[in-house]
Amino acid sequence: MSDAVQEHEVREPATQMTVGDEVAVEMNAVHKWYGQFHVLKDINLTVNSGERIVICGPSGSGKSTLIRCINRLEVHQKGDIIVDGVKLTNDLKNIEHVRREVGMVFQAFNLFPHLTVLENCALAPIWVRNMSRDEAEEIAMQYLERVKIPEQALKYPGQLSGGQQQRVAIARSLCMSPKIMLFDEPTSALDPEMISEVLDVMVGLAESGMTMLCVTHEMGFARRVANRVMFMDGGEIIEQNDPENFFNNPQSDRTKLFLSQILHN
Amino acid sequence: MTDASQNYETGQHPDLPPPLSEVGILGWLKHNLFSSPLNTVMTILAIWFLWAFIPPVLDWMLFDAVWSADSRKECWALMEEPEGAACWAFIKSRFSLFIYGFYPEASRWRVDLSFVLLVLAVLPVLVDKMPGRKFGLIYAIAFPFIAGWLLVGGLGLEPVETDQFGGIMLTIIIGVTGISFSLPLGILLALGRRSSMPVLKMLSIMFIEFIRGVPLIALLFIASSMLNFFLPPGTVFDLLLRVLIMVTLFSAAYIAEVIRGGLQAIPRGQYEAADSLGLNFAKAQILIIMPQALKISIPGIVNSFIGLFKDTTLVLIIGMLDPLGIGRASLADADWSGLAREVYLFIAMFFFICCFGMARYSLYLEKKLHTGH
Ligand SMILES: Nc1ncnc2c1ncn2[C@@H]1O[C@H](COP(=O)(O)OP(=O)(O)OP(=O)(O)O)[C@@H](O)[C@H]1O
Ligand SMILES: [Mg+2]
Repeated sequence: MSDAVQEHEVREPATQMTVGDEVAVEMNAVHKWYGQFHVLKDINLTVNSGERIVICGPSGSGKSTLIRCINRLEVHQKGDIIVDGVKLTNDLKNIEHVRREVGMVFQAFNLFPHLTVLENCALAPIWVRNMSRDEAEEIAMQYLERVKIPEQALKYPGQLSGGQQQRVAIARSLCMSPKIMLFDEPTSALDPEMISEVLDVMVGLAESGMTMLCVTHEMGFARRVANRVMFMDGGEIIEQNDPENFFNNPQSDRTKLFLSQILHN
Repeated sequence: MTDASQNYETGQHPDLPPPLSEVGILGWLKHNLFSSPLNTVMTILAIWFLWAFIPPVLDWMLFDAVWSADSRKECWALMEEPEGAACWAFIKSRFSLFIYGFYPEASRWRVDLSFVLLVLAVLPVLVDKMPGRKFGLIYAIAFPFIAGWLLVGGLGLEPVETDQFGGIMLTIIIGVTGISFSLPLGILLALGRRSSMPVLKMLSIMFIEFIRGVPLIALLFIASSMLNFFLPPGTVFDLLLRVLIMVTLFSAAYIAEVIRGGLQAIPRGQYEAADSLGLNFAKAQILIIMPQALKISIPGIVNSFIGLFKDTTLVLIIGMLDPLGIGRASLADADWSGLAREVYLFIAMFFFICCFGMARYSLYLEKKLHTGH
């Protein structure tokens, strides 16, 4: 655990990042079960546009499940989830709308191995946003430059390092110009020396004003960019606060225990 | 001069070429043919085997063979010892029968033209860097209908009954139809079997398991006899068409299982990434899932195709004259009887060339599609 949890230096200082008053994501009394198992219990959460939320908590506490409900990779059984003004129901139109506006980055990258880096990035703009191939590839190159790997555009994902693959995955999501980005432990499958190259990209993204929900145990990143840090355990949001107070003045015992475990080993 | 035994200062050692005995022809021989005593014995045995068998076989097949004669007797009279070599004159005299069956001679140009058009249709499917491939693919989709019209006639062409079809032409018609229609049908069945919709899933499973559980010969008998029970009396339903449908369904059931295997190897993350980018089911399947699943399934798919191609010979049993049927009919001719070896060898070579070609193409595809993951 110690590798993934150690604090990585985040180089660029965070500039002023503004939070809008539009609601990007709203969850009202959301419950979810896997069969008999109650994974999410009465989740209430409002994320304004431009907000950057870091979610942490012990393994199995439901962090992934929570953010995967936001783009309906998982289906919740009770309560309402409203994303970009659209309520998530079984209506495919709504789901497609939400998925167009919400990008997601996975722990395992999930790049498409049969396509080049450029094709990975241009695919969704072409087939979902109906862009021309030229236009899509131009945008793809822009984002590949932004994550600092334009020179890898014609390689296949299998030929890149983990950190490079994760940056491609971020670029791929950004090519859809999403309003909200979800990150599910984007650095925990990476070797320590590759973590900061991915975090740098995420900090840059935060500074550009992106609404972000990140499941991560990178506490340096949380301090740097988060407006709010949330602690989950047993399917509930136990505590949430701004990073300053969250780390220096945790309220619940479970949070204290968790923080002491990840910060002092 | 650089020399491996020379001393260099630490950190200054240059790259040296490997010893001569490890590279080039010598190195290859040493590593591959004589690497151990057992390997050496095997190599020597193999050389002896080739030495003992290849020359007589070549003599029989080529150097001593008779290429033109009018009967078996004449053939054997031309040899040093009767039956000592192949009498290809027989195959030559029946060659057009082997190719066209009983297709009317005056219309055989239509078969030839169809074959040329087939090659033109297959090219854009197999060669992906062909200029104008898009139009080629559209043409490839139209090809079965063009060929059907050319072969069967009607609409301005002299009609030809399908019971006059035969020989290699019949094999290719059944093989190509089976292959090109069973792949898309197999994909749909595989998706159906993995579907979360219970009715669709059940239907796919029932279909696949029924077809897999029945021998192709039984299906062909059903096609040739029983189907008439189910159809209103007086309907004409061409026997060849029934056979084509049965062969396609049979092959599709196997292809479906091969592709299902490929689909199971695709990690869930690929579906999730496709979903999270907003691709709908059809786009995710066509752009992300199928290209990967089909790639994994290539050996199994081509294996099924090769099996299908060889199974076309079973139509013999319901009275159609595929090359084997033509061969048997030809052997009944008193002038030529006794030349079974030549006939079956000729047919075997035809099938071998086709099947070996498919096998090589599949290897080439696997290599080409490998992207280092
Ligand atoms: N598809 C599933 N079916 C049944 N149970 C599941 C499923 N997915 C997750 N779970 C269970 O739900 C709980 C929450 O899982 P989740 O993946 O959200 O945890 P997490 O907080 O992301 O943990 P980690 O830090 O290990 O990623 C776990 O106990 C897990 O075993
Ligand atoms: Mg998780």
